Amino acid sequence: MDRGRERIAHLIGASAKEIIYTSGSTEAINLAMKGVAQMYDSKGKHIVTSQAEHKAVLDTAKRLEKDGFEVTYLAPDSTGRHSAEQVAEALREDTILVCIMWANNEIGTINPIREIGALCKERKVLFFTDGTQAVGKVPVDVEADHVDLLCLSGHKIYGPKGVGALYVRRRNPRVRLVAQMDGGGHERGMRSGTLNVPAIVGLGKACEVCEHDMDSDREHALALRTRFEKTVFDALDHVHLNGHPEHRLPACSNLSFAYVEGESMIMGISDLAVSSGSACTSASLEPSHVLQAMGVGDELAHSSIRFGFGRFTTEEEVDFAAVQVIAAVKRLRELSPLYEMVLEGVDLSKIQWDAH
Amino acid sequence: MAYSDKVIEHYNNPRNVGSMDKSSNDVGTGVVGAPECGDVMKLQIQVEGDTIVDAKFKTFGCGSAIASSSLATEWIKGKSLDDAMAINNIQIVQELSLPPVKIHCSVLAEDAIKAAINDFRSKQGAAPSQA
Repeated sequence: MDRGRERIAHLIGASAKEIIYTSGSTEAINLAMKGVAQMYDSKGKHIVTSQAEHKAVLDTAKRLEKDGFEVTYLAPDSTGRHSAEQVAEALREDTILVCIMWANNEIGTINPIREIGALCKERKVLFFTDGTQAVGKVPVDVEADHVDLLCLSGHKIYGPKGVGALYVRRRNPRVRLVAQMDGGGHERGMRSGTLNVPAIVGLGKACEVCEHDMDSDREHALALRTRFEKTVFDALDHVHLNGHPEHRLPACSNLSFAYVEGESMIMGISDLAVSSGSACTSASLEPSHVLQAMGVGDELAHSSIRFGFGRFTTEEEVDFAAVQVIAAVKRLRELSPLYEMVLEGVDLSKIQWDAH
Repeated sequence: MAYSDKVIEHYNNPRNVGSMDKSSNDVGTGVVGAPECGDVMKLQIQVEGDTIVDAKFKTFGCGSAIASSSLATEWIKGKSLDDAMAINNIQIVQELSLPPVKIHCSVLAEDAIKAAINDFRSKQGAAPSQA
């Protein structure tokens, strides 16, 4: 267990004593945000976060609003990114916490964490970042990046599900939290409950492998993604990249195929495991909140598909995926009245649609 | 989302995909839905006398929306305008075993049929019947 703690700590530039085991990122997020808010509420009740955060952060923020905290939800730019200047403008005298994710789970955009961290340090506001998508994929150094709290999850780094960790800074400043789980005082009193040792061993090992393989993993993913995107963009028109062209996780490609609806697209590439930015599949019929926050129109949001390129993805699989995607888009555009109108030169935004 | 075999079959082999000349006097065109809702259906009919002799569609939407409009074109071909007008969405739901979240696809298909018939009738100078 302690070896696991050391491996996690080493991967993120922390010390083993600063690692709190949890059941995953969701619990770590709850503990970080509620724990900080409740501990420091006498200093202030204002929190700054982003509209593009994971639901675990957004729903925790909403809960804190019900408990009397005030939350500012910053809108990302059109690439899904936040600047330190934007965060600076939102800070107030009574701001106690900034929560900005390291990298976005839907579009892969990477935020300027070091700049935001430096700002928070200078303004003496605690900085929590959701590192679920970034840890193990890109270099993370909580010291150089001025991060006070950071969460990570086992299964996002080829480790087991149901285990994660929260980094809680111990020095300069020493971050204190109100425990959300009361009991025997495990994990320095911050998270009571007997630990899941087999999962922790797996998480520790996963961190070790990620640290060792980070450069080769990144090069592998980048090469595959570049190959995939080039093939797709060469073969199809009206394809949009959702996310930042450069500041982006190497394993992530979120594309909108205009005039083709996402769910029908997924049906057309049923041999591939992908997800649609449109949450139509989850029966809510709402397009992705991340794409909406970026200002991507609902129509393109409904047409978005997220592709992932992992450690075990091969070039053959990527080529196969590209062929399937291109064929499905072409076929569905044959079926699409919107694509037909665009080819006829109709401006879709000028049409009076009969919305249901 | 688990699709019924019939939905998958229509999705893989949609019937009557295509477009007709919408300015032609014997063609009625219905376009319903909106891109921001994730569904747009265009359904066209060609009419001789009182009978729909041909039907075509194009749909932007999920598999159920594609299947609903494909099925709609199959059903209305050969029908009189009044019989086609009488098709309702529940029949489509039943035929395709659509789950509750996909009922709106069948509603859209029914609306598309009615919109196409109304468009044709208004071209003939008749008052469109109530949808």
